[in-house]
Amino acid sequence: MGSNAVYRKMSQSTSTKLTATKLAAVLLCLIACRTVAAQMEITGSWVPRSNEFLTGDGLPVDFTGIPLNEEGRIRALSYSESQLAMVERQCQGWPAFYVVQGPFGLKIWSETDPLKGNVISYTIGAWEDRAPMTIWMDGRPHPSQYAEHTRSGFTTGKWEGNTLVTYTTHMKAGFLRKTGAPSSDEATMTTRFYRHGDILIAMVIIEDPIYLAEPWILSRSFQLSATPMSPIGPPCVTAYEGSVGETAPHYLPEKNPFVDEMTTKYGVPRDASIGKPETLYPEYRKKIPPAAPAR
Amino acid sequence: MRVLLVATVVTLSSVALLQRAAGQERAPAAAAGTPKTSAPMDLTGYWVAHVSEDWRFRMITPPKGDYTRVPLTEQARKIADAWDPAADEASGLQCKAYGAAAIMRMPSRFHITWQDDNTLRVDSDFGMQTRLFHFNASPSPPGERTWQGYSNAEWQKPASLKVATTNMRSGYLRKNGAPYSENAAVTEYFDMAPLPGGGQVLLVTTIVDDPQYLQGLYIVTSQFKKEADGSKWDPTPCTAK
Repeated sequence: MGSNAVYRKMSQSTSTKLTATKLAAVLLCLIACRTVAAQMEITGSWVPRSNEFLTGDGLPVDFTGIPLNEEGRIRALSYSESQLAMVERQCQGWPAFYVVQGPFGLKIWSETDPLKGNVISYTIGAWEDRAPMTIWMDGRPHPSQYAEHTRSGFTTGKWEGNTLVTYTTHMKAGFLRKTGAPSSDEATMTTRFYRHGDILIAMVIIEDPIYLAEPWILSRSFQLSATPMSPIGPPCVTAYEGSVGETAPHYLPEKNPFVDEMTTKYGVPRDASIGKPETLYPEYRKKIPPAAPAR
Repeated sequence: MRVLLVATVVTLSSVALLQRAAGQERAPAAAAGTPKTSAPMDLTGYWVAHVSEDWRFRMITPPKGDYTRVPLTEQARKIADAWDPAADEASGLQCKAYGAAAIMRMPSRFHITWQDDNTLRVDSDFGMQTRLFHFNASPSPPGERTWQGYSNAEWQKPASLKVATTNMRSGYLRKNGAPYSENAAVTEYFDMAPLPGGGQVLLVTTIVDDPQYLQGLYIVTSQFKKEADGSKWDPTPCTAK
């Protein structure tokens, strides 16, 4: 075989391989595009819809709607807001739950693999004292139970149909409600992000074997905004705010001076104010004194 | 040539397999049949409200004038400030707070059943209301206005229910008289999720659009837990107080 013939054969072979590669690449791209299209775009700036009062921080003792167990209730009633003057407690009040509880929006962006194009992680940006949250989508496991706990915790995510499902562990002990209902460092949070048009709904299920009698379910809606939100927030910086004495400010649980404020102001029975689990269900209506409602 | 042939066969096989896999996620809604047989999720059964949010606005009747977080117009605030539950009772309007725009926010149990192949029925024990979600129905609501209005429903892929309701009588978003008008339109989404440790959660997103009495959309999301049976079902008539 002459050199020209060898060249032609080599060229033909190379050309065939290149065509095959291109075909495979195009088809694989089509597959990838289908896969991406099966999910929802959640990145962007989402402003909060504030028609629900999820912060619940209007009065010192308002634990309505939280299914606290006895230990959680005792801790909650012993809390004094003066604890926030203690340097070591100043940043305690805003764990990952605050994504749905706080009055803030969500700025969400993704990091993608530069070669494959798949999402490695989503990040929900910080806002004021709430730290940023990274949602790992690359299948990595959660760290050892002895690993460091942070305010945001460690979060992994996966798509279930059009719903992004995330699971958060390794949060520092903090608050279920920032007026003192406690959360332990064993608390976990499962979040489902549903998108309907330009509305994003985050439903969280919080489990805490130390302070909750049953899972606590909350949800919040956000609306897509064309105005970009800042992806960063100032970190929680501690500062000396004066001496609080030698012990942490607190009340004896049975002597909390604010325990009846919800009753006197809104007619809410004490059992509901202090977060008894049975008060979350309709049958509790029948135990509410008729004098309690509207004035 | 052989390489090209093999690559094509392998790739097309992969496409077919992946399409089948994707199809399995979507199949129920896409399958032919009635809305009942093609339902991508099973909403039927007894559901109980999990009142973890807005407790004082839902479990008890808030004081007159407390329409916090409801974006009422000036005209609507005047109506809310004039709320008179005794007058509502006397006029037979005790169900004004149990209309379609507000019923899913009530501390109630709901029983969801298929009335027929094209109609999903939702009964509440608190207020004893019945909602009918019509699939494959005409978009124009027929008949006189009712508390629950006329609801068109459609399954959304891969697993969600969208319900659009109009033709309601004017009612209250809260029991203390925060009003919505008969021109209001309600859009709802029903989504389900598993509950850790077993059980199911139903999430209902309610979006109320009322150009007459609301300055913007009113959006609330409410959670329900599935119950094994109707043993706690407790029919209770509407009350305006």
